[in-house]
Amino acid sequence: MDAPEEPLPPVIYTMENKPIVTCAGDQNLFTSIYPTLSQQLPREPMEWRRSYGRAPKMIHLESNFVQFKEELLPKEGNKALLTFPFLHIYWTECCDTEVYKATVKDDLTKWQNVLKAHSSVDWLIVVVENDAKKKNKTNILPRTSIVDKIRNDFCNKQSDRCVVLSDPLKDSSRTQESWNAFLTKLRTLLLMSFTKNLGKFEDDMRTLREKRTEPGWSFCEYFMVQEELAFVFEMLQQFEDALVQYDELDALFSQYVVNFGAGDGANWLTFFCQPVKSWNGLILRKPIDMEKRELIQKQEATLLDLRSYLFSRQCTLLLFLQRPWEVAQRALELLHSCVQELKLLEVSVPPGALDCWVFLSCLEVLQRIEGCCDRAQIDSNIAHTVGLWNYATEKLKALGYLCGLVSEKGPNSEDLNRTVDLLAGLGAERPETANTAQSPYKKLKEALSSVEAFEKHYLDLSHATIEMYTSIGRIRSAKFVGKDLAEFYMRKKSPQKAELYLQGALKNYLAEGWALPITHTRKQLAECQKHLGQIENYLQTSSLLASDCHLTDEERKYFCQEILNFASQQTNSPGHKIVLPMHSFAQLKSLHFDPSNAVVHVGGVLSVEITLWSQMPVPVHVEQIAINVHFSIEKNNYRKTAEWLTKHKTSNGIINFPHEPAPFPASQNSLPALELYEMFERSPSDNSLNTTGIICKNVHMLLRRQESSSSVDVPSGVALEDGAHVLKCSSVMLEPGANKVLFRTQAREPGTYTLRQLCASVGPLWFVLPHVYPIVQYDVYSQEPQLHVEPITDSLLAGIPQKVRFTVTTGHYTVKNGDSLQLSNAEAMLILCHAENRAVIYSNTREKSSDASFRIQSSGKVTSISLPAAPAYHLIEFELDVLSLPSAPAVRGDSNQPGLKESRRTCSEKLAASHCMVTTDHKVSIDCPWSIYSTVIALNFSIPFQTTHSLLSAGTRKYIQICVQNLSELDFRLSDSSLIDTGGSADLQLVPLNTQIQQHIHSQQSVFFVWELKWTREPPPALHCRFSVGFSPASEEQLSVSLQPYTYEFQVENFFTLYNVKAEIFPPLGMEYCKTGSLCSLEVSITRLSDLLEVDKDEALTESDEYFTTKLMYEVVDNSSNWAVCGKSSGVLSMPVAAQATHRVHMEVMPLFAGHLPFPDVRLFKYLPHHSAHSSQLDADSWIENDSLSVDKNVDDAVDSSSIKSRGSMHSASSIEHRGLPMPRLQAFPPGQVFNSSSGMQVFVIPSKEDHVLEVSVT
Amino acid sequence: MAVCIAVIAKENYPLYIRSVPTEDELKFHYMVHTSLDVVDEKVSALGKALVDQRELYLGLLYPTEDHKVYGYVTNSKVKFVMVVDSSNTALRDNEIRSMFRKLHNSYTDVMCNPFYNPGDRIQSRAFDNMVTSMMIQVC
Repeated sequence: MDAPEEPLPPVIYTMENKPIVTCAGDQNLFTSIYPTLSQQLPREPMEWRRSYGRAPKMIHLESNFVQFKEELLPKEGNKALLTFPFLHIYWTECCDTEVYKATVKDDLTKWQNVLKAHSSVDWLIVVVENDAKKKNKTNILPRTSIVDKIRNDFCNKQSDRCVVLSDPLKDSSRTQESWNAFLTKLRTLLLMSFTKNLGKFEDDMRTLREKRTEPGWSFCEYFMVQEELAFVFEMLQQFEDALVQYDELDALFSQYVVNFGAGDGANWLTFFCQPVKSWNGLILRKPIDMEKRELIQKQEATLLDLRSYLFSRQCTLLLFLQRPWEVAQRALELLHSCVQELKLLEVSVPPGALDCWVFLSCLEVLQRIEGCCDRAQIDSNIAHTVGLWNYATEKLKALGYLCGLVSEKGPNSEDLNRTVDLLAGLGAERPETANTAQSPYKKLKEALSSVEAFEKHYLDLSHATIEMYTSIGRIRSAKFVGKDLAEFYMRKKSPQKAELYLQGALKNYLAEGWALPITHTRKQLAECQKHLGQIENYLQTSSLLASDCHLTDEERKYFCQEILNFASQQTNSPGHKIVLPMHSFAQLKSLHFDPSNAVVHVGGVLSVEITLWSQMPVPVHVEQIAINVHFSIEKNNYRKTAEWLTKHKTSNGIINFPHEPAPFPASQNSLPALELYEMFERSPSDNSLNTTGIICKNVHMLLRRQESSSSVDVPSGVALEDGAHVLKCSSVMLEPGANKVLFRTQAREPGTYTLRQLCASVGPLWFVLPHVYPIVQYDVYSQEPQLHVEPITDSLLAGIPQKVRFTVTTGHYTVKNGDSLQLSNAEAMLILCHAENRAVIYSNTREKSSDASFRIQSSGKVTSISLPAAPAYHLIEFELDVLSLPSAPAVRGDSNQPGLKESRRTCSEKLAASHCMVTTDHKVSIDCPWSIYSTVIALNFSIPFQTTHSLLSAGTRKYIQICVQNLSELDFRLSDSSLIDTGGSADLQLVPLNTQIQQHIHSQQSVFFVWELKWTREPPPALHCRFSVGFSPASEEQLSVSLQPYTYEFQVENFFTLYNVKAEIFPPLGMEYCKTGSLCSLEVSITRLSDLLEVDKDEALTESDEYFTTKLMYEVVDNSSNWAVCGKSSGVLSMPVAAQATHRVHMEVMPLFAGHLPFPDVRLFKYLPHHSAHSSQLDADSWIENDSLSVDKNVDDAVDSSSIKSRGSMHSASSIEHRGLPMPRLQAFPPGQVFNSSSGMQVFVIPSKEDHVLEVSVT
Repeated sequence: MAVCIAVIAKENYPLYIRSVPTEDELKFHYMVHTSLDVVDEKVSALGKALVDQRELYLGLLYPTEDHKVYGYVTNSKVKFVMVVDSSNTALRDNEIRSMFRKLHNSYTDVMCNPFYNPGDRIQSRAFDNMVTSMMIQVC
């Protein structure tokens, strides 16, 4: 079109370009002004308001002033913008009308006509005024006239198109002002022109773009047009806008390619589909790649050419905009999209060509960026560039593989041909990089030239990339590049270098649990280790791979076979072991003990069945599977005892091992499991527990620094323990999947055995599970034979047959036929023999094993029980009936002197220890066949009854009452009760008043028996009695044995009544009833009932002329505060010891309450004078004294304080007497001797009329 | 549509990963694993922003010659990575976003299952079907 015809070659170095302004008129004048003008114009910015709502911009204007020529004006249809004159200025200095009319006007008209012909409206006429000239020509018209004339002639309605510039070369304020006005005008007009012309251009451009669907439309043409706009923006330093133009072109092109891919092909695009013949990469060092531009202009550019050119322009603009990192990012996108577009457009590309192009381009971009940034900037923006580095590395690797530079042998002829072709496509190096030593072109050429050079370049790039990735924390990417490098090393047959990278990568994948990469890397590592001859590592990796479910069966079998091959090869060198961790080979799933509680006695057989899950794909013959066992003798270990054994039964004896965690999460996986143990610390002296806790035995493994630990795969951590105790199982075929392996062992030493390690050996290979966790233990115990005898019920009752259980724990002793237990009987205990006795034999785990009968032979003092035969570590259990004879019955007859006291005492005792049965011990000594020592067993029998007696009086008649209390839980039947006088005096008769012969006595209840005591002659002072009653359990009808009756012996003393005390209360004289508050008379009469008796012979007795008297003290006490005793309430009287001797005492008492009041108590004591010679008897006396007081207290629980006081003084008197002062003493009478005939009597008291106060006390 | 979809736990091990075609599985595993670098980078950059303003969609992690890798991270730091064929230019950012949202919803359903143990591999058939549907489309 127009382009080739253009008279001026397009000015392309846009940076040096400025908008063109033509100058017509006085050239000399302009030349003089030009320096100032070109300097002043860009000084101040001007706001550029723009169409289409684009944001206004401040812009510094510069112009290229050229002489006006008609050729400069663009012809119709010319799209060139760069050469477009935006403004035309006519300069004149004319101040003379004549001159104006003669020449200037014509010139101006001509100029105007030319402009009009080209429809250019952007013009300006500048009239320069010069004072100097004016002075010279005084006759001239006023200066305005010229300007006015011009305005009049040319500026039709556009008076602002003519400006005056006064004295431009002077330095005056007027000049300055004039300049400013002129410059502003100039700028405004320039911008107006821009807006108008660019707007028009854009409109045209848009119109052109809209035609893109038309058949003849060409992208290249359009490209040139829009680029023109970009150039202008760039010229105006509007890089942002310029970039937008290129981006629009980019997007348009991309869209076409996409549409093409979708089947909507444009004709012009087919041109870009021509085969790629040149792949010399991006050129970014020149602002504009003219060669490429020409190709585009000529519509000869290939896709790569167009893309390269486009990107080079974008790059230039981005660098102007100080956005180098965007260049890097866009470059990567560009390269990717170019590759994609070529694929999409199905452009034929020679193999490797694109790789070359990409490689060169990456390096070019990187070098370009490096060229405009300093080191620090680059270092802090690695994240943006590293992608390019990686891409370049990848491409170089691809080229290396393509050209046979990676193989061990070097390239073959085919490879070389390919290399030559590739190098040919690069063409010659561009002149601008020819002098650069490290230019991408040179690098590529060199890298492809030889194997060594390639290696150098590839390693350089790889290391640089890895380093960069590492430095910005992209570890995974770094490892991935490292893996490529490892692959390269493997190809180069230098596995030692590859290993490091593979290990690194593997560690990373393991740590994050990526199964597939792990498998793949391991496979590579296996090959590497094989080459390196790291047998152990190789075998271990192989075992891991053989168990890897991500591999195919063939691969797994291959690796498994590798292991087996090795194992079979090495059989000739015995003793050499290779220890490998077991988890990849097989996994311990569960363990089962038989017996299930994992406790076995010495000599017993323990079997351990383990379930091993073989991970191998094929059956593997294992020569031996062994469990290392750690033995410890733990003293005082409760676990070992038989009791523990019988009490603790584990559910089923199966211990399940936790499933080996899958390779994720890795953090848990890399740590060994905790090995926790109980810990007890006992004090050495008394074996009591001091401290207890849990200790972790593999702390050293857990607290190790993670970083320092070598690779997870290195089996250095597996140490083979060499224990003395090993459970072994030989020649086992492990099928894939679950296998059961049975170990049997005979328990030897007692102690605790902990399973520590599990090893499986295949030839010299030992697969070791270093720690069996959770902890598995079994115990071996030994036990001494023992005999236990214990009652079946809580307690044994005396007198009736009771069952006793014999338990023989055989322990290590085997009970043979004929072994017997020899019981040396206690006299009072019978062993009742039955016709048949049966014993049950249990195993130690309490399982019943058999039933046997046994015999009992009783001969005199020895009872022999022949035991049934029983094996060791069994229990023999049988029951026997025993009967404790009450032969030595409750030794109760030795009652203390006063019968009453005795009974009361037991009563209080009983209260203290409520319902406590009296017990008797029977010791049985048993000779056991396993021991030379006798076992002594104490059996405790309780007497079910408690008996008390009491003496009752009615005047002189006497009765004996027996109370039998049943303390046991059983009910009894009582029969044949009898009371006999053991003294056997004939004149004494005991008459039973009991009607029933048989009586039931229930648990915790009492039965009373009463006898009347009759005598014909004077009774003896003491009476010895024995009470006996037959008893049998109420529940049993008939008993096989006759039972002994229950007996109770006691003594009754001083039972004969000596005194009768009678009290009477009379109302005051003349009154019918006693009345509260008024005095009544109390008359107490004490009558002696018998003559002198044996019992009277004590200190109080005085004799004078066959006439005996004794001293008595009486006391009237009212415990219930019903009475106020007025006057003397007690007194001593001398009583003649003769029958019917009577003493009467009168007293005044006052009733305090109304109603039926019981009489106040009248008490009688023996009044003993001081006896000088009774010091020897002091103890006994004082005992009696104290006791009497305690009796008082028991009787008078509610004594008022006055009586306590009085008694207290009395007591203190007696205690003083005890200290040596002669004082009389009081002695209470035994209960039988004084009969109170008025006890229980009441007197009726009526309330007093004057009684106003009514006291109510509520207690 | 997508050629590979992966759900990656907070600890960076895969909870779920599936790709088509299956022959390239290994390649995709490597690719997804490597992309975690960029995820980490983006997450730590995002970490400074307020939590409620945080955009879960991380955008394009990095392009390769043949594939584009997109990322998404939930508030509990579970990552979704989607690999899309580069030639599939029809796929816009918005569509990728909506796919991720769908994936997130489905993942939430999986987490709501009381029988699912958080941290275990996802074996839910519903989730699998959803992933399949995202992979078949267009492709």
